[in-house]
Parts: sequence; structure tokens; C-alpha cells
Amino acid sequence: MGEKLLMKGSEAIAEAAIRGGAMAFFGYPITPQNETPEYFSRRMPELGRVFLQAESEVAAINMVYGAACTGTRAITTSSSPGISLMQEGFSYIANTNVPCVVVNAMRGGPGLGDIAPAQADYFQATKGGGHGDYHSIVIAPHTVQEEANLMFDAFELADKYRIMVVVLVDGLLGQMMEPVEFKDWVDVKKFKTPEWATVGQGERANRNILISFDLMAEGLEKMNIVLQDKYAKIRENEVRFEEYKMDDAEYAITAFGTVARIAKTTVELARKEGIKIGLIRPITLYPFPEKIIENRASQVKLFFDTELNEGQMLEDVKLAVNGRKPVYFHGRLGGMVPTAEEILDEFKKHLGG
Amino acid sequence: MKTLYKVPSAITSRDTTYCPGCTHGVAHRIIGELLDEMGLTRQTVIVWPVGCSVFGYYFIGTDALIAAHGRACAMATGVKRTHPESFVLTYQGDGDYASIGIAEAVHAAARGENITTVFINNGNYGMTGGQMAPTTLIGQVTTTSPYGRKPELNGFPLHIPEMLATMDGPAYIARGALDNPQHINQAKNFIRKAFKAQFNRLGYSLVELVSTCPTNWKMTPVEAIERVKKEVLPVFPLGELRTVKGVE
Repeated sequence: MGEKLLMKGSEAIAEAAIRGGAMAFFGYPITPQNETPEYFSRRMPELGRVFLQAESEVAAINMVYGAACTGTRAITTSSSPGISLMQEGFSYIANTNVPCVVVNAMRGGPGLGDIAPAQADYFQATKGGGHGDYHSIVIAPHTVQEEANLMFDAFELADKYRIMVVVLVDGLLGQMMEPVEFKDWVDVKKFKTPEWATVGQGERANRNILISFDLMAEGLEKMNIVLQDKYAKIRENEVRFEEYKMDDAEYAITAFGTVARIAKTTVELARKEGIKIGLIRPITLYPFPEKIIENRASQVKLFFDTELNEGQMLEDVKLAVNGRKPVYFHGRLGGMVPTAEEILDEFKKHLGG
Repeated sequence: MKTLYKVPSAITSRDTTYCPGCTHGVAHRIIGELLDEMGLTRQTVIVWPVGCSVFGYYFIGTDALIAAHGRACAMATGVKRTHPESFVLTYQGDGDYASIGIAEAVHAAARGENITTVFINNGNYGMTGGQMAPTTLIGQVTTTSPYGRKPELNGFPLHIPEMLATMDGPAYIARGALDNPQHINQAKNFIRKAFKAQFNRLGYSLVELVSTCPTNWKMTPVEAIERVKKEVLPVFPLGELRTVKGVE
């Protein structure tokens, strides 16, 4: 760790990705995350790395796909409508088992929507999004410092499992300025072209073929089983979450990203009123921290899920709670963000007499 | 003893999956010969398309990728930008390149992306059963233009090399055909120059190959070759459309 810098989230993401070993960026402009590609466009050439503005998000993700097939740490960043356009590429990347990192600064939808902070792409990110049975690892930071830390981890996880890692943020986390301290630079001189990469056969005995394709159903089922085995390992080993004041909690809020940050204030407000409430904040949305929620179900009287959508993570919370306790919800839509007081008022409606 | 004929080392021993009279095999053969002759086989990555040649990696023995339909030029860009020392080809049909992939194709050309495309024009979507393509001729009957392609309904055939030749990014653009030995030799020379353009880092290169699709044209192989001569080549004339300095 080095000095503390005051940075916008959207730029801290880029700087952290660069220090974390991003060797190539491909992307297309879209609000509210344009500072991120702009930052890459300045910094990547300084370091002799690749920055290329693509002609569309469709092209951008396929450039990332090509770069990923050479074993190069590649990244794109976009926002909800652009991410929708990339879904086909995500599906191909998944079944080709190549690593890459994608940042989605979620904005209000559906359709053209708006550019305000939202979390309505939870389903799209965590359940696959494109066609076929696949997942990406999905991580959701809630501060600029955490954004900076998790960008390093995103590339490590992508390489470890040869998988796409999605970092879900929003315009609020992008525009916010906070002190941030970066982890040490990853030494990119130590990067080697992996054995599986398609860069030309060279001295290798066998050629490399990276495809997401098998016309024979028996073969394609085997490819799918490889994926499912990988996801099982990820669910076993990579779950991350934060518990905030849960030790003595009688009630649990569940929230991620921007809303989790607001909900921490809600916890403080409630505790001043003598309500023993805590927060469970999933950091990995896939794999989802279902065990900790399951465990806390025996401790708390109820769960209160709050999100910037109509109740998407809510479904995973309910699956984890599995009917043992009530799960209530408060969400804002279309880019509206609740205050800590609003969340508390909504929560209190479920306390009964 | 002089060897007059052998299978290029870049060509695998697998039988092709192509129909009798289809010219994909000839296109593969001349690419394989050139990779051998130019010593490029072991540094080559071919990005294969969606279409009949999706299995191309069975037959040309290099490192290989299969792009999503139309995305080969974008994927090849990702390979080339991160590994400039790799020799990167895309092999794409007319549906793949000129319809769904036209944005990626034109922008790769505009950027002068240092990759090479072999573009197969057989006037229809072969693998999906012979639907109308951007290159389908006026009046041509396909499964989705059962009354013949009509300009008022479907517009006009796209002339890809002529389009790209108006741009500054491409280093070498040509159209060849595979209907007779003379044209095959000419097409091979065009592709050699396209490879040289990439090898000399001059920018984007493309060779369109006017090809056959006897099965979907509902013709014998001989009839298909006759059709190329009589109907297709008058609309898609052969020749070099753009050559920058340094290609020769």
C-alpha cells in the first residue's frame, strides 16, 4: 500500500485495474462511466499497454474476448444498455473458459432509462444474462476504497478460474470522491503467455483451439459439466460478505453496493433508538453468501432487504432464508436512491406492535 | 526427382465437411499453401466464422478461434493488438462479414487493423440452408427470396471490396474467384499480397473470393461453376482495388 489519494470512483477503478495488471482496455462511450475509459486512454499508452475505443459495445466485448484468448489481462467498462449489448459475448467467453473483467456502472432502466444510480441489473449479472447455463463471478463494492481493492482481486479471480468477473457499481460510486490507497503494483513483467493461449503454435507440440462450440450434444454436455464443476468450486471457495453489527442483532438488513453504504447509516440510526439491527452485505453477488444468511435466520426475527430495484437480490435472500423467517423489502426504482431515514421508516413498518 | 504436388503442412489430414463442388476446400488449400510458402503456419491464429466454415480449424492446422456470428474482425483485433507478433486471419462468409458483421468489418478496415480477411462470397447463407445474403444477385431465388431478389423489396448486392477501397485504412483489397485454374492462381497471388500487407505491418487487407454453393443453388458442381462465369462475375468483377506502397 502507498500514499492516500483523493479520487473519483470511476477513476480509481481504472487506476486500480492498471496497477492490478490490466494490459488491454476495449470500450465504447456511455454515461455515467465515461471517466473510466477516458482515464484508461491517458494511462494505458503511458505504460505501453493497449487502449482501443471500439465501434460499439458489441465490438468491444469481442475485442476483449480475442485478447482474453491470448491470455492477456483485458477489461471493458460500460453501463446497463451497453452491458445488454455485450451479453452474447459474455456467453461465448463463459463457454470458452477465458478470463476477463467487466465493470458495469449500472443506471436506471429499462430501455434507455436514465443515468442515475440503479441496481436493476442484478438478475442479468448474477444469473448469466446471455444464453445458456453459465455464471460470471459478480462482485459489488460499496466504497471507492473497496472498488480499488476489488479491481485487483477481479483480475486474480478471473485468471484463477478462467472466468469473466463482473464488477457491479453505479454512477454514485463512480462520481463520489474519497481517499483511496492502492495495493502494490502487480509486476506485469512476470506475466507469461499461458499454455492454452492462441497466439500461434510456435514451439508447442499441439495447437490451441479456443471455442465455445460442439455440435455433438454429448460433447456439449461435457463442456457444460466442466463449467458447472467450476462454479461449484467457486461457490465453495470464493464467497465474500461483510457483516456489520450482526453479533447482537435481532433484525438483519440485506443490501449490496451503494444501498449497503446507506444502510450502514440506517443501522446507526436504529441503534440510537434502541433497535438492535445489523447489516449483511454480500460482496460477491455470485457466488451468493447464502450460508451466512441461512445461519443468521436462527438468530434474527426478520430480514429486511433493500435495493435500487424491484426486489432482485431479494429472491436469493429468500432462497437462503428458506421460509424460516419473514423477509421484507423496500426498493426504489428508475434511479431514485433512498435516504437512511427512509429505509429506517420502511423497516419500522414491519416491527408490528 | 522434383516434388510437383504435396499436401501443405498447414493442411490437416481430415476430410472436409464441404459439399461436392463447394469451393471452400480450394480456398483452404491456397491459404494452406501460402502459410507454408511464407513460413507463417506456426505464428498464425485464424478466427473462424459462423457458417459452413465454422469447422475450418479441422482442416487448416493453426491455432484457432471461432467468433460469434459476424464478430471475427473484432476478435481478431483483440488478438492482434495484444500479440502483434501473431499472424492473424479472419475467414468469413458473406452473411457473416457483409451482413451481421459489417460494422466490425468496416471499422477494422477504417482503423487499418493489421489483420487479413479472406471473404467468401457464395451469394447466400450456406449453412442455414440457402437464405438471401447481402451478395445475392438481383433476381436470384433463395429460400427467403422465393420470387427472386427484388431491388424494391431487398435492395442491391453489396460490393465489399469496392466499398473498402474508398477508405484510407486498408492496405490491400482485391477480388478473386475459384472457378478455374487461372482464377485460382490469381486468387492465390492476391492472398499472398494480402498476407504481405500484414507481414509488412501496412494495415488491413482483404481478398473476396467469388465461390460456389451448388447444394443451395440446386445445381451440379459443373453447373455452379458455369453460373459463376455467366451470372456472378459480371456483377462481381475480379481484380485488385487497392494496393498501398510496400505490398509488392
